[in-house]
Amino acid sequence: MNDKTKVIRVLLAKVGLDGHDRGVKVVARSLRDAGMDVVYTGLHRTPAEVVQAAIQEDVDILGVSLLSGAHMGIIPVILKLLKEAGAEDIAVVVGGVMPDEDAVELKKLGVAEILFQDTPPEKIVSTLRQIAASRGAG
Amino acid sequence: MSAPKKDDAKALLKGVKKRNVRAIARMISLAEAAKPESRDVLAEIYRLAGRAHVIGLTGVPGSGKSTLVKALADAIRVSGRTVGIVAIDPSSPFSGGAILGDRIRMTDLTGDDGVFIRSMATRGAMGGLARASLEAVDVLDAAGFDIILIETVGVGQDEVDIVQAAHTVVVVSAPGLGDEVQAIKAGILEIADIHVVSKCDRSDANATIADIRGMLTLGIRMPKDHGLVHGKEEFEDKPPAADGEWRVEVVATSAETGDGIGELLDTLDAHAKHLNDTGGMEQRRRDIIEMRVIKTAEDIIRRDFKANHDKLAGLMNELMARTIDPHQAAATLLATFKYKEGKYKDGCED
Ligand SMILES: Nc1nc2c(ncn2[C@@H]2O[C@H](COP(=O)(O)OP(=O)(O)OP(=O)(O)O)[C@@H](O)[C@H]2O)c(=O)[nH]1
Ligand SMILES: [Mg+2]
Repeated sequence: MNDKTKVIRVLLAKVGLDGHDRGVKVVARSLRDAGMDVVYTGLHRTPAEVVQAAIQEDVDILGVSLLSGAHMGIIPVILKLLKEAGAEDIAVVVGGVMPDEDAVELKKLGVAEILFQDTPPEKIVSTLRQIAASRGAG
Repeated sequence: MSAPKKDDAKALLKGVKKRNVRAIARMISLAEAAKPESRDVLAEIYRLAGRAHVIGLTGVPGSGKSTLVKALADAIRVSGRTVGIVAIDPSSPFSGGAILGDRIRMTDLTGDDGVFIRSMATRGAMGGLARASLEAVDVLDAAGFDIILIETVGVGQDEVDIVQAAHTVVVVSAPGLGDEVQAIKAGILEIADIHVVSKCDRSDANATIADIRGMLTLGIRMPKDHGLVHGKEEFEDKPPAADGEWRVEVVATSAETGDGIGELLDTLDAHAKHLNDTGGMEQRRRDIIEMRVIKTAEDIIRRDFKANHDKLAGLMNELMARTIDPHQAAATLLATFKYKEGKYKDGCED
């Protein structure tokens, strides 16, 4: 394996109104420490911004973090925009808090994985590695 | 990696020419992945490139480069031109991973296919650029972007490769960072075609502007082959001197208020015109290509050494016994390497 050719690229975005990014920054650091390239786009991103950034950055995984409870409004829009751009091969991973039934619904819609707020960093890393590998990356 | 095998190189190339966002993004990933099978299509990209004005922005961490790039990109769009951005951040030397955060400052550039932003990690490359930075620039150039902005890693000491990567070098300084001294140490004051003092909405910006003007007035000289000389009286706001020299300007900007951004774009355009009028552009293109060839050769040799570690191991006894010296060992090894394209897969000899 040559590390040069096998770096997993992840885009992390905070979508919606909630104003803190401490959690997502911790995740960003864990992923970097696991050898991934993490594009961090900051707070209050719109679905259109996130999708455009993910495509320009050609990431393997788009990680969307939201705590504001707006996931059922936002995530389907992101999935739709990715599809419209012919970029549905970018895996969408959602992080945050939500009821179990919403998680089931989002997975049905095409979300690769839901990572609840208390997921330990090692678990996040291993999950993303698996997803990237299953899509021919990593 | 980010570009699956199913990518059809020809289709991608077509897409890049049509400025298709996804195709451009994939092509840059191919350049980053550096696979032998992508060499042909990247050579095609190189052939298509060579029209854009390439501008490098450097300066210490936090000096406001990303914020400035965003403001400049807006101004470039307003002027009716398109802009590609390559933003570079350092990889962790420990894990090899990176957090690429320049995009945080580049919001509101969405929904406009006249702007393309790509973040890159240095992956161990020195000099403030990533190995594939200039191939990414080629891709954006081939896609027809008029201006390409490269944001280098916030330079610390000797990281000034941008001089040999861009047609115009902008050094960004900011008040309140104490970076005047750092900049001198890093030798980055000397490389500027244009100085920007950012954050000029701050009350302490005047001191920074005065500092930089003062330092330039002391007559810091450019390296000879750079063809530029900083003189004494060059800071009255006036156009390039009649004698064909570029007068290094200090432009104060604020991304907050928008002050100076238009002036900076005018100065950048003036520099491009100056280079075109004086033959300087041709010289810079030559310098850039030369550096790329040398860096590429270095990469290949480094890879060869890695792939042939056993040969080095075979010389270790003699080296340890000091019957041969490192120079002789290096020469012996080099003589056994014969570069052939496509010889390696995943960094290992077939
Ligand atoms: N007041 C003021 N602050 C600014 C201005 N431009 C940038 N800043 C602030 O300066 C800080 C650093 O800005 P960046 O644009 O991220 O600086 P950078 O040089 O790209 O930083 P690195 O990429 O980390 O090297 C941020 O907190 C910005 O908000 C400006 O024009 N005025
Ligand atoms: Mg930056």
